[in-house]
Amino acid sequence: LIEPEATVPAHTGSRATRLLGLVTLAGAAIVLVLALVVTGPDAVQGDAARLIYLHVPVAIAMNVGFGLCTLGSLMYLWKKSRWWDTVAVSAAEVGLVYTGLTLITGMIWGRPTWGVYWTWDARLTTFSLLFLLYLGYLVVRHLPADMDVRNRRSAYVALLAFIDVPIVYLSVSWWRGLHQSATLSLSSTISGMMLFTLVVGIVVALMSFLWFLVHRFRVAWLEDEVELAGLDLAIAERRAEAGIVDVTPAPAEATS
Amino acid sequence: VNAWGYVTVGYVLVFAALFAYAVHILVRGRSLSKQVPPERRRWM
Repeated sequence: LIEPEATVPAHTGSRATRLLGLVTLAGAAIVLVLALVVTGPDAVQGDAARLIYLHVPVAIAMNVGFGLCTLGSLMYLWKKSRWWDTVAVSAAEVGLVYTGLTLITGMIWGRPTWGVYWTWDARLTTFSLLFLLYLGYLVVRHLPADMDVRNRRSAYVALLAFIDVPIVYLSVSWWRGLHQSATLSLSSTISGMMLFTLVVGIVVALMSFLWFLVHRFRVAWLEDEVELAGLDLAIAERRAEAGIVDVTPAPAEATS
Repeated sequence: VNAWGYVTVGYVLVFAALFAYAVHILVRGRSLSKQVPPERRRWM
C-alpha cells in the first residue's frame, strides 16, 4: 500500500514518537520529583548521591546503544542490509551522547565524593577510551567513500569498539580504584525508595533513548537518500555528456 | 560541603544537553525531509 503524497510528513515525527515523547517528558518530571524531593539523602554520601538517578540510567542507555550498534553492524555484515547499517550508526551517535552525559555526571558527582573531578582510575580511563572509540567510529563514518565501503568499514570499527564495553563494566572488579563497584548487581545494597527511583530513572532514560533512536534513524535514512539522489544526478549528467539526451535521474538503488 | 550545587548543575546540564540534541535532530530531520521526495521518505 502506498500512502498518498500529501499525507507523508516533511519531518521525522509520527503519532507513535509524539506519544513516546510525551510519556517520556512526563516520566522525566516524575523522576525529578522522586530524585530531588521524595527520596532522602544517602547515609554516607548525603545529597550528592542524588546524581545516581541520572548517572546510572544514562550509562545503561549508553550500553543499550552500543549493544544495538554492534548488533546492527553484525547484521549489516551478514545481510548487507541498509536498514541494519542505519540502526548501527543511529545507535552509535545516540549512545555517544549518553556516554558524554555519563562522563559529565560522573565528574560532577566525583567532586563532592572524591574531592576531584577527574582521576585516572581504571573505570574512568576505560570509559573515556570508550567515548573516544565511538567518536572514532563516527569520524570513520564521515570519511569520503562509496556507501558500501563506508558501511562495511564502520561496521568493523563498531565491532572493535565494542570490545571496550565489557572491559569498562569489569574494570571496577579487575583493578582497585576510586570508582565504586557496580550499582546494580547481585551484591549491590541499594534498596527501598532509592532503588525504586533508580529503576524509574532507568525506564525513563531507556524511553528517551528510544525516542532519540527512532528520530536519528530517520535522519540517517534521509541523509543516505540525499546522498543517493546526488549520485543519481551525477550519473545522469555524465550520461547526458556522453550523448544520452534523457537527464532524468534514475531511481536510486538502495541495498535491501 | 553542600552537594546541592553539584546536584543542580548535573541535572540542569543533562536536561539541557538532551533538549539541545532533540532540537538538533528535529531541525535536521525537517531540513532533510524537504530535500527528499515523499515517496522516498519511508524508512520502515
